[in-house]
Amino acid sequence: MGGSPGLAADVVVERGAFRLEAAIAVAPGQVLAVLGPNGAGKTTLLRTLAGLGALAEGVITVAGRTWDDARAGVFVPAAERGVGLVFQDYRLFPHLTVLDNVAFAARARGAARRIARRDAAGWLDQLGAGALAGRRPAELSGGQAQRVALARALASDPALLLLDEPLAALDARTRLAVRSELRAHLTGFAGPTVLVTHDPLEAMVLADRIVVLEGGRVVQQGAPAEVARRPATDYVAHLMGLNLYAGELVPGPGQAVALDGGGTLYAAGHGDQGADGDRDAPIGVGGRVLVVVAPSAISLHPREPVAGSPRNTWTGVVAGLELLTDRVRVAVVGTPPALVDVTPAAVAELHLAPGQRVWLTVKATEVVAYAG
Amino acid sequence: MSSREAGPAGAPGTRSRRRIGDPTRRTPWPLVPPAAVAVVFLLLPLAGLLVRTPWADLPRLLADPAAWAALRVSLTTATVATAISLVVGVPLAWVLARARFPGRRLLRALVTLPLVLPPVVGGVALLFALGRRGVVGQYLDQWFGITLPFTTAGVVLAETFVAMPFLIVTVEGAFRSSDLGLEETAATLGSRPFATFRRVTLPLVAPSLLAGAVLCWARALGEFGATITFAGNLPGVTQTMPLAVYQALERDPQAAIALSLVLLAVSITVLVLLRERWLRPGAAL
Repeated sequence: MGGSPGLAADVVVERGAFRLEAAIAVAPGQVLAVLGPNGAGKTTLLRTLAGLGALAEGVITVAGRTWDDARAGVFVPAAERGVGLVFQDYRLFPHLTVLDNVAFAARARGAARRIARRDAAGWLDQLGAGALAGRRPAELSGGQAQRVALARALASDPALLLLDEPLAALDARTRLAVRSELRAHLTGFAGPTVLVTHDPLEAMVLADRIVVLEGGRVVQQGAPAEVARRPATDYVAHLMGLNLYAGELVPGPGQAVALDGGGTLYAAGHGDQGADGDRDAPIGVGGRVLVVVAPSAISLHPREPVAGSPRNTWTGVVAGLELLTDRVRVAVVGTPPALVDVTPAAVAELHLAPGQRVWLTVKATEVVAYAG
Repeated sequence: MSSREAGPAGAPGTRSRRRIGDPTRRTPWPLVPPAAVAVVFLLLPLAGLLVRTPWADLPRLLADPAAWAALRVSLTTATVATAISLVVGVPLAWVLARARFPGRRLLRALVTLPLVLPPVVGGVALLFALGRRGVVGQYLDQWFGITLPFTTAGVVLAETFVAMPFLIVTVEGAFRSSDLGLEETAATLGSRPFATFRRVTLPLVAPSLLAGAVLCWARALGEFGATITFAGNLPGVTQTMPLAVYQALERDPQAAIALSLVLLAVSITVLVLLRERWLRPGAAL
């Protein structure tokens, strides 16, 4: 572990009844997104990496240096680690100008004021914030403050860059602009980056790999596309807007899955053969599988459909309707329950309303089963 | 929030209807008479002072060199006492606010005791600790030949003893409520604890620091009991303005009024200067 050029962390932290247990590794130049709900331990993980808290067990090494080793009794204080931490609320020093905020790390290491300021001005220019140099943090918009916080973190020449919900404090429109900008800056950073977020889109856009943290445990990790396609838990499926069911392969045509909550779904063949086809080693009858169905793949019918190509047909009752930007998401209670996306026109034509009985159909080719 | 429709209309045309119905703006009437009594009580003595001031004789009274000597002693000792309080009181305030050690609450109670202790008692205590025959004072005298009572340094000590707790209490509160997140941030940027204290914590509590220093200075300027007990009343050496006022009152009440006016003017000047220069909300420090 000691020789890893990037970040290698085996983290165990205890806070009363809460226990965070996560092993992560990030190569230099890579961005790892830690995705999880509130209280999953994301921020605790970040603080431990930064040296703002100590490990109960485990080891943290960055670029071959051990920062924390519970057993060996090694603990490098935050001030000596060389982390660039961008906090969710940015935490710019209110009594310093933007320029002096960015120059802070160099000054803390004893650089002369003139040199520290010159370098800081360079970083601000690089992030397109040069015009803000003379302002106070109170005079910045959210997007500007985010940029300055990032400049300050990068200017400290960190061995590890940490971002805590970097876009959460921004309004929706600013977030869009800052996100693509942030992606470019992260690509330019040569060291490992860990980004904590509860926004799946942020993780997809900014990260090379995703670790999903729930209740202090890593429940899934992989490339963004893989996590998006094959969620391992209800939380991830919900984030990705997918219907996820757990079940067991039973004898039948193609892949028949008896769902844990009742009902059976048929999938065509062996799921999709993605880039990681080796994961799709054939699952035998009796094997545990997860099944995903996109809400847009399911059709709704007011009456029982007579003979059609879809292999999966079941019935349920409309529980609720939610207007998304361009479609309506219908929650249907049945066996299994499902979220179904339809057009607003369909809602009007079918007179969809809570309490109404509907039939659901989905083609086997739209049902993806994989080992769970 | 407040509803514009609620409540009966106020006096027609005189009051803005915007405030009507806002319960937080309505003064409970039983509070008004005692508040008025308090105002009268606080302002009446000042008014009395101004009414009785012998304005015509003022130039002659103020030309008295003894008055200027007392003012000089007062201003220098109060300023030195405040400086000492800043140098040792601010670190103590930090320790009380942030450090974790057994007996911290007891220590806080003890060091802020002078806030409630009658100053005369403080003066007596100083005498028995630092007087020529005092617990520590006897060695200062024997080994170093240093005598503190009845010297200007003694005035400074008496004032520091009484005034420093005002600074400590004010600044400790600021340290306690200051944003720890910014100190964490400084640490992640490579700042060691003392550098963080100097470059982040201290600037952020600057308004409280200033307020505490002013309180401390004003308290030192007005110090009477501990000073007269520990340092005596030697004109030009240990006689401060309050002592001079008290002495003048027996001999020449007109002079006492003149000296009091000077003290009042000094206090008001400081208050106004601070408001103008530093105490504006959002002022850069």
